[in-house]
Amino acid sequence: MAYKLIGKNFIPPDIEAKVTGAADYAEDFRADGMAHVKFYGSPMPHGRVNSIDLSEAEKIPGFLAALLPEEVKQPDSPVGFPILTSEPTYFGQPILAIAAETEQAAADAIAAVRMDMELLPFVTDPLESLQPDGPNALDGLNVAGSDIDAQELKWSGRDFALADENALPRGEAPVEWSFGDVEAGFANSAVIVEESFVHASNAHHAMEPRSAAAYWEGGKCHVWGSTQSTAFAQPGLANLIGIELSDLVLVSEFCGGGFGGKGTTYPLMALPAVVSRKLNGRPCLLRVTRNEEYNNGSARAGFQGWAKLGFSQEGRMLAADIYVVQDLGPTSGFPDFNNVGSAAVIVFQPEAARFRATPVLTNTVPKGPQRGPGENQAANMLEPLLDKAARELGIDRLALRLANAPGGGVGAKYGHEQGPVTSAYLREALEMGAEAFNWTERSKQSGMRNGSKVRGYGIGEAYHTAGSNGFDGLVRITPDGALHVHTGVGNLGTFSYASTSRIAAEALGYEWDHVVLEYGGTTKHVPWNLGQFGSNTNFTMARTNYVAAMDAAQKLKEIAAATLGGSAEDYELKDERVVKTGDESAGMSFAEAAQKAIEMGGRYDGHEIPDDIHPMTQASASAIAGTGLVGVAKDNLPKDATVPALAAAFIEVDVDVETGKFEILDYHCVADCGTVIHPMGLAAQVRGGAMMGFGLATSERHVYDPQYGRPNAQALYQAKPKTYLDMPAQMNWAAVDQPDTQSPMGTKGIGEPLEGAASSALICAISDALGGHLFNRTPVVTDMILNAAEGRPQSHKPLATNTV
Amino acid sequence: METYGPYDPTVDYVPGPAPRPKHGRDGETSSWRPLHMSRRNFLRGVVCSGVVIGGSAYLFSATTPARADTRAVERLVRLTVNGRTHSVEVAPNETLATTLRYRLGLTGTKIGCNQGECGACTVIADGTTIYSCSTLTHRVRDSEITTVEGIAGEDGTLHPVQQAFIEEIGPQCGFCTPGQVVSAVALLNRNPNPTIEEARLAMSGNLCRCGAYDHYLRGVMKAAERV
Repeated sequence: MAYKLIGKNFIPPDIEAKVTGAADYAEDFRADGMAHVKFYGSPMPHGRVNSIDLSEAEKIPGFLAALLPEEVKQPDSPVGFPILTSEPTYFGQPILAIAAETEQAAADAIAAVRMDMELLPFVTDPLESLQPDGPNALDGLNVAGSDIDAQELKWSGRDFALADENALPRGEAPVEWSFGDVEAGFANSAVIVEESFVHASNAHHAMEPRSAAAYWEGGKCHVWGSTQSTAFAQPGLANLIGIELSDLVLVSEFCGGGFGGKGTTYPLMALPAVVSRKLNGRPCLLRVTRNEEYNNGSARAGFQGWAKLGFSQEGRMLAADIYVVQDLGPTSGFPDFNNVGSAAVIVFQPEAARFRATPVLTNTVPKGPQRGPGENQAANMLEPLLDKAARELGIDRLALRLANAPGGGVGAKYGHEQGPVTSAYLREALEMGAEAFNWTERSKQSGMRNGSKVRGYGIGEAYHTAGSNGFDGLVRITPDGALHVHTGVGNLGTFSYASTSRIAAEALGYEWDHVVLEYGGTTKHVPWNLGQFGSNTNFTMARTNYVAAMDAAQKLKEIAAATLGGSAEDYELKDERVVKTGDESAGMSFAEAAQKAIEMGGRYDGHEIPDDIHPMTQASASAIAGTGLVGVAKDNLPKDATVPALAAAFIEVDVDVETGKFEILDYHCVADCGTVIHPMGLAAQVRGGAMMGFGLATSERHVYDPQYGRPNAQALYQAKPKTYLDMPAQMNWAAVDQPDTQSPMGTKGIGEPLEGAASSALICAISDALGGHLFNRTPVVTDMILNAAEGRPQSHKPLATNTV
Repeated sequence: METYGPYDPTVDYVPGPAPRPKHGRDGETSSWRPLHMSRRNFLRGVVCSGVVIGGSAYLFSATTPARADTRAVERLVRLTVNGRTHSVEVAPNETLATTLRYRLGLTGTKIGCNQGECGACTVIADGTTIYSCSTLTHRVRDSEITTVEGIAGEDGTLHPVQQAFIEEIGPQCGFCTPGQVVSAVALLNRNPNPTIEEARLAMSGNLCRCGAYDHYLRGVMKAAERV
């Protein structure tokens, strides 16, 4: 279908402020008399505060107040995430906060605090905690997770003894599901690949640390925070502060990177607000440092895992048996483990599968979702195993993937219930990519040597769910004729807050320069939207903006009928006018209709609103009532299947076997993201996601000192994200560009698989250059490459994690 | 049982209340209000009126009975930023990023790591890019400093680098963007026709967690055609 706006490039309205420095992030908040907040971070991975002596801290000139753990709301659950705690469960966890006139004074006061603490047992390796006499990260608890009761779970000595050396022991698992006849699948397999592996945890390290500012005025709490989810973060933030949602004013026009780590509410965003309350509402700024961001800024969950995959002679996956132990961190974390299983099923479409998972609490950085949480680790852990199977079967690695990848739109199976999907074109993405990359010819150069460099090729595939439903849309046509799209999507940098707003403009036939985007905080009267995470926005908020626009369209027609005669069905929208079908001279402009809506009141100008919309949307619609024609609706469109975002990537590398360094020569990625909504934005995501994936694959990891439980890779240089110097010479992309069946204009998300496809392709390519050597450990760091090239044993123990 | 000190005592700090004009305090009530004056207007106002921007006059006196900084005696220095000379009180251990952001109100310069790793704080000092988070203000008091706020023309006309970054959708989250802009401008100032390899090297001190390097680099090369 030909669209006026969808599929076209545009300049997002916030981008100029980003290049001029005018964009205000949370730490740019300034107010007269602003106090500064710093916190005392736990010096140990697990401890108990016996006493706190503030006498010296209070003498520091400029000291204003201290906030202690007992003064803040504590979570109901032992695996919750408190703002301040007297029993820290990870290094750097905030115990108390001090406000002072200057940040120096606050820092001096923190330094003067005398804290009497005792060290409690701690653990940084999940498998160690599962040992019969292993330590627990929390008092009496070592296993938790989404839909899992927090509990103590120990495997038997027999469980550990039964596992081969260097293989994952597989004791009792709180999560287990299966479908099909797994044993029969293995019995029928021509080749079975069975490997154990480790995937490291790694820091989100958004460039903007999670600084926040707050003040109280007129009974309301105003927070300047950094969030991916302007609307979705608000209820949790209000709850942390201890106020009603209606008493929270959140300003977050810009978010300096989140990658999942700022997707939902986090405790540090509430800290300045609760300190400010103690100071009678005085503005408070918490500037979070890079080290504090590392300790408190969320991290991707690591895994210790095992997989057994059976293939037919043609490369079809007949059976998959997967077991993962997740490093959960000290809270309930994020269910990456579930996503490992669902990713394996959608990408490989096995005929039978069993999946087991044990999420284990550790005294490490609290884990949260990071771009493709679980799905991208699955890609990195499992894609190299496909290569091994292809080699053993003697078939091309592309052919094996094509034999399994879902394609053709609908028909693929999702999850252990083998449910339907709304659209899946991974097979087509592989075919398009292989052709553009010239895979068949080029991959023949695999192993080609040039001096100390060896050529390698890899293919990667990745998945993430790409859409949800049930949220609200809110648009407004003002008497000047402009369309205001109110959006609660955060401004993460994907520009999807803007591109999904174009759905409403497209549906109403608007010129883009007649559209005003209302985003960035409560004061813009935003509707209840899902967050800017989980690759969902281009589906979820395409639907909300569409239903709001349809509501506005219906009201335009009704207003025209009431004014000009006839019934609403007699009218259509054309060139920002509502006109009689067949007689365009009879009609009125949107501007005139908006004015008329105000005169008519009721449901036309937002004074009457639907019953089924969220209280946040109700408040926002009420706030703008009477200012124009208001379109407001809940997304009740049908959705009865899972929305998959899928990507396939092809990569060419040269690996220097004398230095362990590698160079990416060419990269090509094909996205299955439904109808392309914003080509330049998609290009930026493809390339940016790939760069992030290259870091995930080869350089980013958590390292702890197991003796003291202290993190040893807090800084950027110690777990380095990729730089300009790591960028491939070529970074090309394409999209399958087939519409999704349950999105009004066919759009669906894509952000996350773009990283996992790149990271897994790179790991496969490095492995290929080394003759198919399986590292079974992500990231594949330089010394691992060198050891493999030299035929030396690796320095790490095969299943050790959170270590070098 | 052991007694521990704080893990991260006094590093990484900035001084207190911001040097924004005192128009946010509502005289009629006792409430606090955030300030929304543009930096450009604020700076113009300050410069034109000859007000001294500094600790004793504004920063601390309104709310602080005693000097809050416990270790350092501030000294008044003259600092030339974006072509304007400011008198500003600076502590001996104060970094340029701190002075710019918390004393001059130039918040376009970002603090991403405060330890010389990321480049978000990049500014130009006498034609050379420096990490302002790792440069003491006193070291550059005789230098000509250019921040991201000084890149566009007086009339708001964007620099070719800024325009090209917009067209190529260089920024994603945008937090590293000021540093990227400054590094690219400094490169083109000294080498208006860089090769892509030269541009890549010149920009390599600026991390972008979104990984938008390719788009920034395209922007640099496009801008090079226009300067």
